[in-house]
Amino acid sequence: MKRLARAGFWLLVIAIALFALFPFYYAVVSSFRSGSDLFTIAYRPERFDLSNYVAVFERQPFGRNILNSVLVSGSVVALSLGLGITAAYAFGRIAFRGRSLLLMTILAVSMFPQVAVLAGMFELIRAFGLYNTLPGLILANLMLTLPFTVWVLTTFMRELPKEIEEAAFVDGATPWIVVRRVFLPLMAPAAVTTGLLAFIVSWNEFLFALTFTLTNERRTVPPAIALMSGSTAYELPWGTIMAGSVVVTIPIIALVLVFQRKIVAGLTAGAVKG
Amino acid sequence: MSRLIASLAAAAGLLATTSARAVEISISCSALGKEYEICKQGVDAWAARTGNTVKIVSTPNSATERLALFQQLLAAGAGDIDVFQIDVVWTGTLGNHLLDLTAKGQAVIGDHLPAMVETSRVEGKLMAIPWFADAGLLYYRKDLLDKYKRPVPETWADLTETARLIQDGERKEGKGEFWGYTWQGRAYEGLTTNALEWVASHNGGTIVDEKGEVTIENPKAAEALKTAAGWVGTITPEGVLNYTEEEARGIFQAGNAAFMRNWPYAWALAQGGDSAIKDKVGIAPLPKGGADGRHAGTLGGQLLAVSKYSKNRDTATDLVMYLTGEAEQKRRAVEGSFNPTIVSLYSDTDIARANPFIGDLVDVFSNAVARPATATGQNYNKVSTEFFNAVHQVLSKKSDPAQALSRLDRDLKRIKRNGWQ
Amino acid sequence: MIMSGAVAGAGAPVQVTGRGRRSSLTRSRIRAAWLFIAPSLIVVALIAGWPLARTIWFSFTDASLDALGDYAFIGLENYLAHDDGGWFGILAEPDWWHSVWNTLWFTAVSVSLETVLGMVVALILNAAFPGRGLMRAIILIPWAIPTIVSAKMWNWMLHDQFGVINDLLLRLGLIAAPVPWTANADTALWAAVMVDVWKHTSFMALLILAALQMLPQDIYEAAKVDGVSPVRVFVRVTLPLIKPALLVAVIFRSLDALRVFDLIYVLTSNAKETASMSVYARQQLVDFQEVGLGSAAATLIFLIIALVVVITLAAGRVRLGEDPR
Repeated sequence: MKRLARAGFWLLVIAIALFALFPFYYAVVSSFRSGSDLFTIAYRPERFDLSNYVAVFERQPFGRNILNSVLVSGSVVALSLGLGITAAYAFGRIAFRGRSLLLMTILAVSMFPQVAVLAGMFELIRAFGLYNTLPGLILANLMLTLPFTVWVLTTFMRELPKEIEEAAFVDGATPWIVVRRVFLPLMAPAAVTTGLLAFIVSWNEFLFALTFTLTNERRTVPPAIALMSGSTAYELPWGTIMAGSVVVTIPIIALVLVFQRKIVAGLTAGAVKG
Repeated sequence: MSRLIASLAAAAGLLATTSARAVEISISCSALGKEYEICKQGVDAWAARTGNTVKIVSTPNSATERLALFQQLLAAGAGDIDVFQIDVVWTGTLGNHLLDLTAKGQAVIGDHLPAMVETSRVEGKLMAIPWFADAGLLYYRKDLLDKYKRPVPETWADLTETARLIQDGERKEGKGEFWGYTWQGRAYEGLTTNALEWVASHNGGTIVDEKGEVTIENPKAAEALKTAAGWVGTITPEGVLNYTEEEARGIFQAGNAAFMRNWPYAWALAQGGDSAIKDKVGIAPLPKGGADGRHAGTLGGQLLAVSKYSKNRDTATDLVMYLTGEAEQKRRAVEGSFNPTIVSLYSDTDIARANPFIGDLVDVFSNAVARPATATGQNYNKVSTEFFNAVHQVLSKKSDPAQALSRLDRDLKRIKRNGWQ
Repeated sequence: MIMSGAVAGAGAPVQVTGRGRRSSLTRSRIRAAWLFIAPSLIVVALIAGWPLARTIWFSFTDASLDALGDYAFIGLENYLAHDDGGWFGILAEPDWWHSVWNTLWFTAVSVSLETVLGMVVALILNAAFPGRGLMRAIILIPWAIPTIVSAKMWNWMLHDQFGVINDLLLRLGLIAAPVPWTANADTALWAAVMVDVWKHTSFMALLILAALQMLPQDIYEAAKVDGVSPVRVFVRVTLPLIKPALLVAVIFRSLDALRVFDLIYVLTSNAKETASMSVYARQQLVDFQEVGLGSAAATLIFLIIALVVVITLAAGRVRLGEDPR
């Protein structure tokens, strides 16, 4: 029985991994192919041809695009978490009037389709003189990540037992110190997860990135990939697009593997408080 | 001493005038890739001649994304891009933001293909200059027509019959995935171009005529759509309802179709080294709708326009005139297979040497049918969307042609309620 | 009870002993609360205030993208107007209602599937097994590929003639002939659901996982000692405890799904049969240059989403209130 359960568990793990990985694997296979190969099916790479990867970096400042994406997404995460944790403490731990209304207002920002806010945002970015700059993109992306960050962190904040800050307050600590010394460590799993999710949202963002930048040097990864074209406007340069997509997935994987420890560390901290 | 001051002043003046004259023009003329290279060579030549500099702004490959980006920039009155490469059906949509080029272009515009010139006008004013042309073509497999001893189809009925014959024959020989005819049936602008070819070749008009009257509800148009709907699931895979150019090319180039409707770009790729059908392909005008019908390929192509918000309108206009001029169009035709819009270039020997099929194309281009973008102006996209959605319904057998066209007629008249503009 | 509906605001304020200190402490804490919230509010107001207000305002005008400065106030005409014997405006458009239905169906199906699957994945990742870190990275990969690319990739993989999905299913003997997945309105929406599930399950899973990891371990140890079956522990202990986090995850997934655009657009373009609300709004705003109508559609989307959120929150709160903790 136990062995059966064990086998079932591993079967499930493998099934989920296959479902998640297969399209990516297919992208890797496709990235080694080119031209007419696009119209045939291959389950294994026939040859190890890196020409698409070379083309990705040669035809455009793709390294620069990746750096831009990292800078934008990194800043967005830092700002979202910084603003989010303080706001979440207030929303989650302090009872004050108008709290529900404010939370709803922040959420309302996420209720408009992106295309509808695009034009207004464009005017705003131009008015601030941030057109074709990375800070402009960071500001715009905050609109996508901040409501989510505040809400998720508030929820997790609220779940923590109320006793934990009492001692600190009795000792005369200020709310700021309580947030930093008491909640920050306890919130680690939630903060790392939210930060990771915010990073990916910003990393994937296409419409703002396309509209608010003009030159190749300022573009982030998604518009850079959308700019790749074949020899004519109709031709789809599949191999290059796939190579680009594979390249940009690597930083995310690295990020997750690096933050593994943090998530586990949070787990222990969470267990201690119980 | 005074001479020194004078010469210094003259030098300063010279410096001032050159720096005032030499400006930076930004142009959006392509996504990246080969098109970018060809465009870059052209603008660099102009820059070297005039002392100005040119910056190329890459725009997305997809036409929809490109149009949306242009609209966003222009609606905000942003002068960041001086020269826009626009599709032939965008002139009306963007017209209010473009510079009137009538005065500058008048002298040379007579040299261009009349149909292309027509697409560059808004209410009689020349808002853009034609840059290169495109039109729908019929691609066929020479080897298979020989094998089954059939001529290149003249009418859609011929095509249907021949496609059927070849498809049955090839499948009997074990090619289970072989199809007769592939084209573009996804609910997008490409379906409008395909369906307009069917309707126009049956003499069923162009949806809206030149005077702005809605003409689509007629028996010939219904017949054309009925023929096309008959292909789906018989000689054309059902998946065609979601095919764009590349999906259609995929089937043909893998050697799995006898005929294909596509733009001229597919020629070079079908003849490429890795193509399964290299040297087995021919091109012809699209078939006629019956004996008294006509050959009709929908006109496509790109124009160059100057933004009204440009800070250097005259210099930008000069760049447009250079790029659309005869010498540059010839260079682009030879080096990049871009089909010229200047009629005389079709008999140019250098171009003929580089692209042997260019002579065949001149007839196609001069008989090409233009989408009703000029007549419907601002509302073209609505008309096109209603049209391709109605056609899509017929193709997916959700409504019959006559019924769909009568509904379309009503919807188009409703859009026209307050006139087209 | 510690939790409550996120907006319910019933999270118990911290009690501090000592009467005199309490009121001054409460006051200072409320002051701190506003100080802590202010930066977020300022940022939100700064970046979102103008675009949102502008959208709502334009929905009452006849503005066109072609000449944005030149518009007139027309009241509710973009929404609904009676004009020579017929009803006009978005609310009288069958296409709009069709897109609303498509979107609601898409959201309900994909978010439900993602919740269930996300829970399974989170429970797996919460168990200790070798390769757990790798697995966590693997499930995030679908999300790391930009949507603009992954939607196109799926479109290609779903192609009826040379798509790998049909080939796989044919090889496995699950289908007899290639299926044109995206050509038919019914299968196309299912295809969209599948791609959405593929892409966003990890979002659910990670949020649920974070909630699981913040649970106090002693409850489980007590349950283990008492010999309670794992299923019972899950239903009686785990589920109620992670419900607030689950609710927030569901709300944010629903917000995204209700605004779905690129996925549907790449898979089926502007087809009326499969359009979502955002596709409809975008078509009005961009393709047709009708800023007025498009803004009205966007405002209606906002209202519909707000309604869904309120209903979700209310439903969540009611059930939470019954918790015997």
